Amino acid sequence: MSDPVAATVAAPHEGTEATPEPRELFGLLVEFKHEDDLLAACRRVRDAGFSKWDAHSPYPVHGIDAAIGIRPTILPWIVFAGGFAGMLGGLLLQWWTNTVDYAWVVSGKPYFSLPANIPIIFEMTILFAAFGAVFGMLALNGLPKLYHAAFHSRRFRRVTDDRFFICIEAADPRFREAETRALLESLAGDAVERIEERGHTDPPKLIMHVGLVAACLALLPLALAARAWYSKSTLPRIHPILNMDQQEKFKAQRAHPLFADGRAMRPPVEGTVARADLHLLGEDDHYYYGKIDGEWATTLPQRLRADVPGLLERGRERFAIFCAPCHGMDGSGNGPVRLRSDELGMPLVVKAMHEDAVRERQLGHLFNIISNGINTMPPYGDQVPVRDRWAIVSYVRALQRSQLATTADLSEEQRAERQRRRSGND
Amino acid sequence: MASLAGEIDNTSDDPRVRAPLVVGDHDLASVTESVARVAEAPRPPRAWYIAFAISVSALAILGVMILYLIFTGVGVWGVNNPVGWGFAIVNFVFWVGIGHAGTLISAILFLFRQKWRTGINRFAEAMTIFAVICAGMFPGIHVGRIWFTYWMFPVPNQMELWPQFRSPLMWDLFAVGTYFTVSLMFWYVGMIPDLATFRDRAVTRVRRMLYGFFALGWTGAARHWHRYERAYLILAALATPLVLSVHSVVSFDFAAAQLPGWHTTILPPYFVAGAIFSGFGMVMTLAVPARQLFGLKHLITMRHLENMSKIILVTGSMVGYAYLTEFFISWYSGNIFERFAFIGRAMGPYWWAYWIMVTCNVVTPQLFWFKRCRTSILVLFIASIFVNIGMWFERFVIVISSLSADFLPAQWGYYTPTLIDILTLIGSFGLFFTGFLLFCRYLPMVAIAEIKAVMPRKHRQGAAAAGEAGA
Ligand code: HEC
Repeated sequence: MSDPVAATVAAPHEGTEATPEPRELFGLLVEFKHEDDLLAACRRVRDAGFSKWDAHSPYPVHGIDAAIGIRPTILPWIVFAGGFAGMLGGLLLQWWTNTVDYAWVVSGKPYFSLPANIPIIFEMTILFAAFGAVFGMLALNGLPKLYHAAFHSRRFRRVTDDRFFICIEAADPRFREAETRALLESLAGDAVERIEERGHTDPPKLIMHVGLVAACLALLPLALAARAWYSKSTLPRIHPILNMDQQEKFKAQRAHPLFADGRAMRPPVEGTVARADLHLLGEDDHYYYGKIDGEWATTLPQRLRADVPGLLERGRERFAIFCAPCHGMDGSGNGPVRLRSDELGMPLVVKAMHEDAVRERQLGHLFNIISNGINTMPPYGDQVPVRDRWAIVSYVRALQRSQLATTADLSEEQRAERQRRRSGND
Repeated sequence: MASLAGEIDNTSDDPRVRAPLVVGDHDLASVTESVARVAEAPRPPRAWYIAFAISVSALAILGVMILYLIFTGVGVWGVNNPVGWGFAIVNFVFWVGIGHAGTLISAILFLFRQKWRTGINRFAEAMTIFAVICAGMFPGIHVGRIWFTYWMFPVPNQMELWPQFRSPLMWDLFAVGTYFTVSLMFWYVGMIPDLATFRDRAVTRVRRMLYGFFALGWTGAARHWHRYERAYLILAALATPLVLSVHSVVSFDFAAAQLPGWHTTILPPYFVAGAIFSGFGMVMTLAVPARQLFGLKHLITMRHLENMSKIILVTGSMVGYAYLTEFFISWYSGNIFERFAFIGRAMGPYWWAYWIMVTCNVVTPQLFWFKRCRTSILVLFIASIFVNIGMWFERFVIVISSLSADFLPAQWGYYTPTLIDILTLIGSFGLFFTGFLLFCRYLPMVAIAEIKAVMPRKHRQGAAAAGEAGA
């Protein structure tokens, strides 16, 4: 089974010996068979005062740091910085996205709740600390650096197998070829080898070109996305995946073989009247539109007058559902939608029911405001039936009065009660 | 595989002598040789081809199943109302659990100076990588409209809405994502010196270039080793809390819900113990045939296997203890829903799953009280398979039984997986084993440099003589 090894060793490769012209010297390399010899040699080279040199070994040799004089690395600080950045990043990410950029209520909890954010902060801390450890280590080591002059030496290949080396670089200020060679030869190693700088062979052209083209192509989608993000378009949104856009169902204005007339849409039942056509029936304009002879009505339609207290009660209930969200329960304009809009810095200007302008509106006009909306207020005609709209209108009137009530409006009993409370408070 | 022939017994526990971690008469060169030749052999053993063919077929099935799922919708699975988390989440938790052993061995055992880890850490880490890939796939496809999976990532979607970071599902994404990234880096960084070994031994230009590229120009310089060892130590220190956090966070997916049987504080430690248990089970399942097949018995020794079986015994018993505690608390809490949930697990419609789980996870490991069992290859292998089965069923029990019967009887429903579910599960094994087999074939299966550093001194020094003869 040892054939591949033999083949490796015997593989013809430009040996250092076979080079004709002299090239720039990179350094001197010496090989050891034992880690102990390496350690002893390192001490001597260290003591000789060299700085640009290193020992190479297949595994980390115990005690070599002291033998070479390697000072502790600053890597732990890089890791700390990474971890700290991760922690801060995790915190800010969650705070900013869920509290500032798009505040979002979840189960009525606060927008920012640290305990719920801790798991992600923790994971981010670990992640970035690990990045710091790995990329910091590679950066400090100057890796990746696919070329090293010693790779030209055939012997040096065993550095990852079972041999130990010391390489002193010619760039070292104390390097004198003859003397340094003598020093190295005096160590317990094998023959000293000259390592020459030969420049590295480039990877095949094909790889470079393919890589370049691929890298450019990879940027294309990004560029397109960025362009789409920053430009406006009148075209409809592209839907690569047509979720439920296409459904096998009958749609209005389509043909369908199921029915004799070939239409998917069924004609409305006999006698149906479109909502806007109620007046064609010669019906009550007052009731449906709040108008009498083209003028806003000032009274309740006849048919509702029978049970006014019941109507008011209904109105109170409907108002709380449909109007209070913006106008507030008392109609003064402090509903939650309005308050929230202030919070978001996009105030919604809501009118109070007891404002003079509103109080001056005729009953029929108020009815119309609910039915069709006004300015920024949306219409509610679609959601609130006619009868309920009148109920709300009458309740609005009641609100208007209650908000501007005076003592004169109180009954005898209520006045007495008020008096009693006042004196009680003193 | 059953025979002990060729095994050297290094399992004796005489405190006066340190048990050797590399058995036989090995020196530096022969350690390199025995690992590297696996990847350098022109053809791998026949068994590898067979295993690879099976795995790739299963992988193809997985591809078809996923495409079918995407084009048709999650209705092809057995999920229903109320069991919205079917096989996909069971498989997710199962695979993530398996993925725990790798980094545990690499990191925690490293910090505890358990030198025996060097024999098995590399391929346990590889196992982690592939297991986490399998795990990560399932949440991705179970969302149904998979083109919206990006909603899980911290980018605003087309409505400018960000993910909801207060949800355990987001924590999960970050935990598993971090775990995968850190494990990958840990694995790769550990492999750099060994890739350099492969580079330096390469006979063809392609191999030299590829391994050379990934070895990043490693020269084994002492200054590099210095920072490298420091980085490795720090990574181990970072990965240790990470390992513990990942399955804890996975358990929050359940524990933070209100469902009876899920809403308990025991879940994080119980999940972590289970993860380690299942992870070691899988390492054992892989190590036993791999060492046999690739001739690594002297590096992954009987002692390694025995140590792992002890961990399986400990964690298996912890898991058993957790099962008991759950039952006790469901009674002691006086909460009728909890009690109902747990009685339902053991005696309800999924009783069979529960008892498979208990038999495999609690009863099987008890074999390892006996040294005869700890040192029998056959027992180790079969028991490890039982552990895998048991741990899959544990997740099945947790996910399915709690979902299928919660507070209101009107919401109960029985879950039956479809054929598609089962084929997807099988397919995920295909993905796992394909990756793993490729790793065995092309990458250093054992951490060569690390082994050399823990070899007995006299063997290291023997390098000279043996090296001389070889050259
Ligand atoms: C979505 C918030 C919203 C809701 C809900 C809402 N309104 Fe308004 N409403 C407004 C706003 C904004 C205005 C001020 C419009 C303007 O700019 O004149 C307004 C104005 C009014 C006015 C005064 C119009 C005028 O100029 O005299 C009346 C009356 C009124 N609303 C009644 C109602 C009633 C009744 C309901 C329930 C059916 C209702 N609103 C529901 C937002 C709302």
